Amino acid sequence: MDHAPEATAGHHGSYLAEKTLRSWALTLDHKRIGVLYICTTLFFFLVGGVVALLLRLKLLTPGPALFSDHTYNVLFTIHGAIMIFLFVIPAIPSSLGNFFIPLMIGARDVVFPRLNLFSYWCFVAGIVVILGSLVSPMDTGWTFYTPYSEQTSAAVTVLSGGLFLVGLSSILTGLNFIVTIHTMRAPGMTWYRMPLFIWAMYATSVIQVLATPVIGITFILLAAERVLGIGFFDPAKGGDPLLFQHFFWFYSHPVVYVMILPAMGIISEVVPVFSRKPIFGYRAIAYSALAIAFIGFLVWGHHMFVSGMGTLAGIVFSFLTFFVAVPTGVKIFNWIATLYRGSISLDSPMLYALTFIFLFIIGGLTGLFLGSLATDVHVHDTYFLVAHFHYTMMGGTVMGLFAGLHYWFPKVTGRMLNEKLAKYAWGLILVGFNLTFFPMFILGMQGMPRRYAEYPAKYQGLNIVATVGSWVLALGVFLMFLNFIRSLRRGGLAPDNPWRGLTLEWSTSSPPPEENFAEIPTVSEWPYNYGEKPERRTEGKRER
Amino acid sequence: MPDVYPLTSGDATLIAHSVDGVFIFILAIASFFFLLTQGFLIYFALKYRRRKGIEQPTPYITGNTVLEIVWVIIPSLLLVAIFGYGMVVFLRMRTPIPGAMEVQVTASQFQWSFKYPDGRTALNELRLPVGKPVKLIMTSKDVIHGFFVPAYRQKQDVLPGRYTYLWFLPRQAGSFDLYCSQYCGTGHSIMRGKILVMPVADYQAWEEREEQKQKGAAASPVEKGEKLFQDSGCLGCHSIDGTPKVGPTLKGIFGSTVVLDNGKTLTADEEYLRESIVDPNAKIVKGYQPVMPTFKATLKDDDVAAIIAYLKTLK
Ligand code: HEC
Ligand SMILES: [Cu+2]
Repeated sequence: MDHAPEATAGHHGSYLAEKTLRSWALTLDHKRIGVLYICTTLFFFLVGGVVALLLRLKLLTPGPALFSDHTYNVLFTIHGAIMIFLFVIPAIPSSLGNFFIPLMIGARDVVFPRLNLFSYWCFVAGIVVILGSLVSPMDTGWTFYTPYSEQTSAAVTVLSGGLFLVGLSSILTGLNFIVTIHTMRAPGMTWYRMPLFIWAMYATSVIQVLATPVIGITFILLAAERVLGIGFFDPAKGGDPLLFQHFFWFYSHPVVYVMILPAMGIISEVVPVFSRKPIFGYRAIAYSALAIAFIGFLVWGHHMFVSGMGTLAGIVFSFLTFFVAVPTGVKIFNWIATLYRGSISLDSPMLYALTFIFLFIIGGLTGLFLGSLATDVHVHDTYFLVAHFHYTMMGGTVMGLFAGLHYWFPKVTGRMLNEKLAKYAWGLILVGFNLTFFPMFILGMQGMPRRYAEYPAKYQGLNIVATVGSWVLALGVFLMFLNFIRSLRRGGLAPDNPWRGLTLEWSTSSPPPEENFAEIPTVSEWPYNYGEKPERRTEGKRER
Repeated sequence: MPDVYPLTSGDATLIAHSVDGVFIFILAIASFFFLLTQGFLIYFALKYRRRKGIEQPTPYITGNTVLEIVWVIIPSLLLVAIFGYGMVVFLRMRTPIPGAMEVQVTASQFQWSFKYPDGRTALNELRLPVGKPVKLIMTSKDVIHGFFVPAYRQKQDVLPGRYTYLWFLPRQAGSFDLYCSQYCGTGHSIMRGKILVMPVADYQAWEEREEQKQKGAAASPVEKGEKLFQDSGCLGCHSIDGTPKVGPTLKGIFGSTVVLDNGKTLTADEEYLRESIVDPNAKIVKGYQPVMPTFKATLKDDDVAAIIAYLKTLK
């Protein structure tokens, strides 16, 4: 399957050949739709990031500064809502998933290309409505807890409408991927010959389809309560505020796996390629993705240990929570074992993949303090929690995304990135990230609550460190984007298979032709045949 | 210092100490796995990295069933241990010991109000004696708040329309921060208070002083009246700032001209006010419903007199 490296960028059959606006806006090509998603979500990553810098700037001093407390509350709501709903959730599935699922399973497109285009525009419509809600910006936090979200004058109703559309887009994309993976695999690609990224995307899509309707319904109820005055969540109207939290987390907990599983999929691709070793424990990784997706539905209550939901419920949810840790641990052990006796090249995609593992271990282990009832009571709703989920979401998902972007940039654009610049950016991001978020663990243990516009002066020292860290991080991200933009024009032409990967996307040209493959490939092996086999088996035992 | 976590404090309450025990237990396990995984990650990444771009041959290893079973079982057992330990301490945290002093906590945007068993109230500052268990019975007037005392390792959301509780046994005298931990609006971050734990003797002295003050206050009818007015729920229906609610505002009521629903008018004097309180339906103010309950049974004669004295001051 190894192709001789040959420069084919600008190849006239390239999916990028047509340049008109219309050819992008109405495209049915999954690759173009993927690129549209990449651009849209990365744009909102930058917006959310700038807002975060403002928040950190304000927290430089404990007292009133810069802008009012209300503005601070609005800004952290915008930061959270944009990052979660417009960036982290769709970032990998809708963008890289769209681009690479068909390529990696050897298909010409997703099964419902029109639905795919509709999903994208539904997403955009949702964004427009959400931006519309900024005329009277929300200050509820991205969690919209009732009854505060009922009483604040902000445009909660409009915003729920926008999020409903974004959610619909997410459901449709998930549905499209599930059917695509079931029906569109190239001849010979059995389930156990699928790349692990596909397994991860499959599990992700199942969660999207099953969990997202719940949040859609919740937003409708919220809007109905605000507009029609029907009591669901507001005790003043006869509703129950905890009901909202149950609904909300029934969606928002599984959704953290929508965020992390695809990133784990990327790591499972990058690590073997750059170690020249087969992935260690293929089936364990594949099954653990499914296990996480399943158990992930049963643990939402761990966000509510101190909410007043009852002691027994807390105990049950805590118990189940620890079980998600098992499959997660399995993946980490397997990635590390894959490195063993490899021939590891530390190119930028691999650096980000290793960073993912490094940071995600910290995120995961600090999760133990939050899963355990006794300690969660103390650290819940403090900066400890903020640190924990930034280590998993940014240290995890976003690093996975960066790994994927560096890994597949040559395939998507036909150009190579500037490796030196990429490494500088990586170094700054690694240092800046830890400088920003590690102090927050300590702040949280010392009791600093989250969402505090003003805070007791004794917490100032570590807050200064975190703010300085955010500048280093921002510089790193800036350099990374500079590299992306610069390389689009000036990067060297990419060979078809710069990293010598064995998954199918590397067997076609860079960038791929519109129809992906001149001829649909036939698959006879799993895609992890790196290293020296004892004897060249085509039908191995474990890899089938 | 109760601020620094964890090893130096945790003695502020009975439970805080146990929570720190769980914390250290988890920290030990987490540190072990941290060193193990990060150690191998970094070691492998450096040891097996490609030198001078030359690719060494690599072995074809696709898994190792024994190893994989081991690293499922051992962490699982440790996780169950963490869960169990955390649960045991949590259960103690949630089970008040009998004989606790009950304090009512009412949260509202953006303050904490406390009501002691003897009826005294306080705002944002809860004074307690060392060594006596306390149970807080908490509710909110508006949105969800969170009662969080870091030094006590305790936190509980406070909900509107229902009661939640939290208990602890203070073991150390001192001043401990109380924060609102559940985002509740613009003033969320200034919704802070203090728990002042005092040696028993000091506490009793303070309590006595407060009682004296209370009695002193009772000497002045206006202050007594104001308190009765607040405690009897009059404010639920009457404003004192001029806005009509269920009932007419009582601002400037004394000496004003009242129009009744039968068209007659009268001047509000002491007798009219007295009658309005003990027999409210005798005369109904025009434009209002006869919904005011009688306070004949609940307020003594001199209470009513005190309220009237207070109403006179509402200009
Ligand atoms: C359930 C609501 C309610 C409560 C509680 C209540 N009131 Fe009233 N009150 C009314 C209404 C309605 C009226 C007007 C109708 C009427 O005259 O009975 C009124 C009338 C009055 C008036 C005559 C006002 C005027 O403009 O002439 C006085 C004085 C008064 N209330 C005092 C009190 C005091 C003192 C208390 C507390 C001890 C109290 N009320 C508690 C509903 C209430
Ligand atoms: Cu509050």
